[in-house]
Amino acid sequence: MNSTIIWTIVILAGLGLVLSLVLYLVAKKFKVEEDPRIDEVEKVMPGANCGGCGFAGCRAFAEAAVKAPNLDNNYCPVGGNEVMKQVAAILGYEIKEKAPMVAVVRCNGSCANRPAVNIYDGVKSCKVKAALYSGDTACSFGCLGCGDCVEACQFGALSMNPETGLPQVDESKCTACGACVKACPKAVIELRAKGPRGMREFVSCINRDKGPVAKKACAAACIGCGICAKTCTHDAITVENNVAYIDSGKCKLCRECEAVCPTGAIHGVNFPKPLDVEATKARIAKRKAEAASGQPVATKGPGSMVNGPLAAQAVPSDAPINKVVSK
Amino acid sequence: MNKNVTFSIGGIHPNDNKIARGCAIEALPLPQTLYVSVAQHLGAPAKPVVAVGDKVKTGQVIAEPGGFISAFVHSPASGTVRSIAPRKDLAGNWMTHIEISVEGDEWVEGVDLSDTLVTGIPEDIPATLEKIKACGVVGLGGATFPTHVKLNPGPQAHPECLILNGAECEPFLTSDYRIMLEKTKEIIVGAAIMQKVLGGVKTVIAIEENKPEAIEAMRKALSELPYGNISVLVMKKRYPQGGEKQLIDAVMRRQVKSGALPVSVGAVVQNVATSLAVYEAVQKNKPLITNTLTVTGDCLPVERQHNYLFRIGMPLSFIAEYAGGVPAEAAKIVSGGPMMGKAIANLDAATVKGSSSILYLSGKLTKRREEGSCIRCGRCSDACPMGLEPFLLNRLYKAGDVEGLEANAAQDCIECGCCLYSCPSFIPLLDNIRMAKGQVMGVIRARAAAAKAAADAAKNENKK
Repeated sequence: MNSTIIWTIVILAGLGLVLSLVLYLVAKKFKVEEDPRIDEVEKVMPGANCGGCGFAGCRAFAEAAVKAPNLDNNYCPVGGNEVMKQVAAILGYEIKEKAPMVAVVRCNGSCANRPAVNIYDGVKSCKVKAALYSGDTACSFGCLGCGDCVEACQFGALSMNPETGLPQVDESKCTACGACVKACPKAVIELRAKGPRGMREFVSCINRDKGPVAKKACAAACIGCGICAKTCTHDAITVENNVAYIDSGKCKLCRECEAVCPTGAIHGVNFPKPLDVEATKARIAKRKAEAASGQPVATKGPGSMVNGPLAAQAVPSDAPINKVVSK
Repeated sequence: MNKNVTFSIGGIHPNDNKIARGCAIEALPLPQTLYVSVAQHLGAPAKPVVAVGDKVKTGQVIAEPGGFISAFVHSPASGTVRSIAPRKDLAGNWMTHIEISVEGDEWVEGVDLSDTLVTGIPEDIPATLEKIKACGVVGLGGATFPTHVKLNPGPQAHPECLILNGAECEPFLTSDYRIMLEKTKEIIVGAAIMQKVLGGVKTVIAIEENKPEAIEAMRKALSELPYGNISVLVMKKRYPQGGEKQLIDAVMRRQVKSGALPVSVGAVVQNVATSLAVYEAVQKNKPLITNTLTVTGDCLPVERQHNYLFRIGMPLSFIAEYAGGVPAEAAKIVSGGPMMGKAIANLDAATVKGSSSILYLSGKLTKRREEGSCIRCGRCSDACPMGLEPFLLNRLYKAGDVEGLEANAAQDCIECGCCLYSCPSFIPLLDNIRMAKGQVMGVIRARAAAAKAAADAAKNENKK
């Protein structure tokens, strides 16, 4: 009885010893040499594995970053400059700082602004809907409202607003990974520079139809009238394919375009004070009068928010921008 | 009569609802304005060759092919070109349309407008093909593939059998049935012309058993006409028998491989309406500017149902109005059959060569029921005429597994809708599989493009 127990222990212990030796030798022989920096880089990554950087996940990004000769093409939008600084410190590279970005929904075709002309009862997926037809309103460019972007967001930053039927972005949660941009079949969502203290101006419409058609489809559509471009003293607005676009690199946040837009398609967000339309219009009129009378006109918008302490935080002009390109 | 002729796998038996079968074809009057789309066919859109302000005659070329797979477009009436501008199509998407303000119906010269039957088959095959091309004939079974391309499969191909598709398996539609009754002989002459072009192959006119009058008429006309090697085949009623691959299976008992063309098994399939268009093009010099369309639906009383001979470019709203307006009970208006047709998002859209119906469906028939869970009953797999597993494809699509989708042949889906029709849990299988098919086709095309680029690069290397 006793000997059985002893023999069992001896045999199992012996087996364990032999197998551990085999494992040790195998591990020695087939050891894969890996740059230890990959692990270090991976550790400082956010670990969201969202794919926003263009790689399959944080590990893949770390591998690519270690292999690359510099960090110019590798940037983690989720971690932002903070994380990239740490990565750069580990790898001994320089980084180009990028302005923090945020997802912006460029459509204000709410239920009130953009009446439905037919009823869609198909699969609740923007992709399926876009493949079937132009959408349930007369606007064939705007948000389809099935929430593919909400589903794509891993950070819970997007939600559908039941009142407007449009997605809304929670800026505190948005990491600018770009998953929603890829998920939107209509290219409504754009990653834009967040702007100083989150303040930014953008055209909340991408309708390329001619003015009357766009206006008929949606009360808040950009009609491509070009008044904003004519008013802008910073050369930040271009009107292409009947729709205006504000270059966030050039915009000085003077909000004059917002004041003159006849359909309210230009939106300014996170400004400390609401826009005083009358005062701004008066300012523009005064400047125009001055220009007509031959007096020199200030090159910078007089009311520019960037004059003063905020100027240092201004968006660098080489910030990447997803511009509307005509097909 | 062999009643067991049908395709071998899958299929469903929807109620055929051919309510408008008794309505003789009636020619529509011309509206004041016609909007002719440049994308009337599969392939590249046509390029307009007229300018704003030009006077055009009926049957005059107004747009020429924009590529190899493309077709001529002719003016459907005489009048003045008022604009060439984007206009919304059926789905509400912008497409270039040529707007013609109608001033009359004066035809171009050389068109035989009489009803006399011309039975002599021209001997010159290239000239016949050229005529078919010049008259802008496209397949009218639904896909609107240019007919001259399909009838000229190349020297490697060996067509053995021409199948004339008179199945009209979609419920409600009766336009093919009506032309088989009213233009029987013309269709047979058209078939004989195509038979000649393909080298005198065996020709089968395949008709489903629910159209006994058409079968009778075809048999009678065949015995009166001098053509040999043309026969009528009666098939069992089953959806989607009119699908090209299903029809070949039913008639020839041969299966077309995945990704292959029907001619690889020796088959060429043409719709009966295409045959009529070929007859008019070759024997009468008449370009394809008319087709037959059914105004029908479950919420339309029988006396208001019609089969119309329309001109291309007529706004659907004009036809609907002429037919007495949209019924109040209509919950959905569909262009095409209830199984494969598309819901019309814009009733102002203009008809195209392939338009086949305005279908008013009631809420009862079109209601989307709430999606349940897959209970693995396998009905979708039983119903799929392509032998696919729709429930699996649906799952793979949701998981985003494009490789798995390709391995399970999502690209072979013919979008017939049998899976969706048979699903007891109302899972939107077709919608998801259609998206999956698009993804897989994209991958296949990208791969083909990459292979071609690599081959070209290798060629250039060799030259150096």
